Amino acid sequence: MITIATARRILAQLRNDPRTIALMVLVPSLIMILLYYVIDNEPVFAQWAPALLSIFPFLVMFLVTSIATLRERTSGTLERLMASPLRQLDLLLGYGLAFGAAAVLQVALALTVSLTWLGLDLRGELWALVLVALLNSLLGTALGLFCSAFARSEFQAVQFMPLVMIPQLLLGGIIVPRDQMATVLEWISNVLPMSYALEAMKLAVISGDLGSDFWRDIAVVAGSVVLALVLGAATLKRRTP
Amino acid sequence: MMSSAEPAIAVTGLRVVRGAREVLHGLSFEVPKGQITGLLGPSGCGKTTLIRSIVGVQVVAGGEVTVLGRPAGSAELRRLIGYSTQNPAIYRDLSVMENLRYFAAVLGAPKTDPARVLEEVGLEGHANQLGGTLSGGQLSRASLAVSLLGAPQLLVLDEPTVGLDPVLRKELWELFQGLADRGVTILVSSHVMDEAARCQRLIMLREGDILADDSPEGLRARTDTADLEQAFLRLIEERQPA
Ligand SMILES: Nc1ncnc2c1ncn2[C@@H]1O[C@H](COP(=O)(O)OP(=O)(O)O)[C@@H](O)[C@H]1O
Ligand SMILES: [Mg+2]
Repeated sequence: MITIATARRILAQLRNDPRTIALMVLVPSLIMILLYYVIDNEPVFAQWAPALLSIFPFLVMFLVTSIATLRERTSGTLERLMASPLRQLDLLLGYGLAFGAAAVLQVALALTVSLTWLGLDLRGELWALVLVALLNSLLGTALGLFCSAFARSEFQAVQFMPLVMIPQLLLGGIIVPRDQMATVLEWISNVLPMSYALEAMKLAVISGDLGSDFWRDIAVVAGSVVLALVLGAATLKRRTP
Repeated sequence: MMSSAEPAIAVTGLRVVRGAREVLHGLSFEVPKGQITGLLGPSGCGKTTLIRSIVGVQVVAGGEVTVLGRPAGSAELRRLIGYSTQNPAIYRDLSVMENLRYFAAVLGAPKTDPARVLEEVGLEGHANQLGGTLSGGQLSRASLAVSLLGAPQLLVLDEPTVGLDPVLRKELWELFQGLADRGVTILVSSHVMDEAARCQRLIMLREGDILADDSPEGLRARTDTADLEQAFLRLIEERQPA
């Protein structure tokens, strides 16, 4: 009940802030379009599209969540909530639900644009693609919540993004296939959730092979979401110094 | 109803360390039920820290805080205490009404509560205004309104009247007195001494120690002054080693 009220409150905050909505919903589609014309080659674009469709929900949700929760911490509303009957999980799931809903919009638009205007050929299953995109946005939300605990200002919070994002992208198998990396890097790559998210998206979009590999990837990403949520809950203390 | 002899708040030997410094040095006092108790003292003396300890959001280094018969911070207390933080804790990107509806849902307060508290703090005309566009005084009244949601038995208000004009201040003190008359216990902090006269009991704090814990009349009589600001100064002089 409190979870739903919290999700509705966060959606109301978004509604009152059209610029953030635009950032969340339009930017991924715009970048897909930009990339399409930059590459100017449909088969190559089709190779890149799954990666973008994985990265954007994660990236945007990470940013928006870490800034929104940081604001809760600094404005005193978190202190008020921690003195109220709200449980930590109510807040985390509230954010997850609200931004998850925003992510559905975001992915729906980016997909519609890609599949129609940009002529992306989806060989896999639509639901699989949407599932991966949603998990990615939840992962971004959960990690954003966790990282915001270590930021003292919005400026610092924004700086966590490259810190979290760039290693995951470099080691995630987009630029160099993971099995061609140095052994140590491959190990690191093996523990980063984005590696699995990217692979799952590739399977869903390009090969349409939804076998055990796909489900293992989904399980790893979902597990990472739960882990990040638990870590995030641990940073929400009722008593602070 | 519990026996009225039992205090609303009982604090014994409360010590709090913030940063590298001890901010509260072993405070002990009681707050009686159904009255307005003022927590007075200059800025930085530890009022907010003490209030946070009572509400159960402050890490404490030692001592005991009992609120309405339970240890501070207990889950059952979270519905019984209305808490207004010193900095208005209001979502700036929600309207006043949206803020109130959300906190009412969190507290499980009746659906009619947001309209009621809005009127009590005199913000009816600003229901649909965004928090971020309110003036300082309006913002602190909106924050106060949140703490009135539900039917708290204890109201803990951290400098709720800062930045308000005298008429509004008078109205809010009448509101507090009305609540106290209905049996609500109110602990209100202020660094302005002229508000002290409206309290039934005063706790004066200075640098993390209690300077006085008395009624306004008792304080005036003890220090032989007409004005509470003078009383405060007199008490500090008394403490100073000659
Ligand atoms: N988060 C903090 N970390 C370290 N010191 C703090 C913190 N908050 C307050 N203090 C210090 O604790 C003392 C008491 O502060 P506070 O309780 O806010 O006083 P008041 O509310 O009476 O103005 C002050 O000396 C202040 O500098
Ligand atoms: Mg203070």
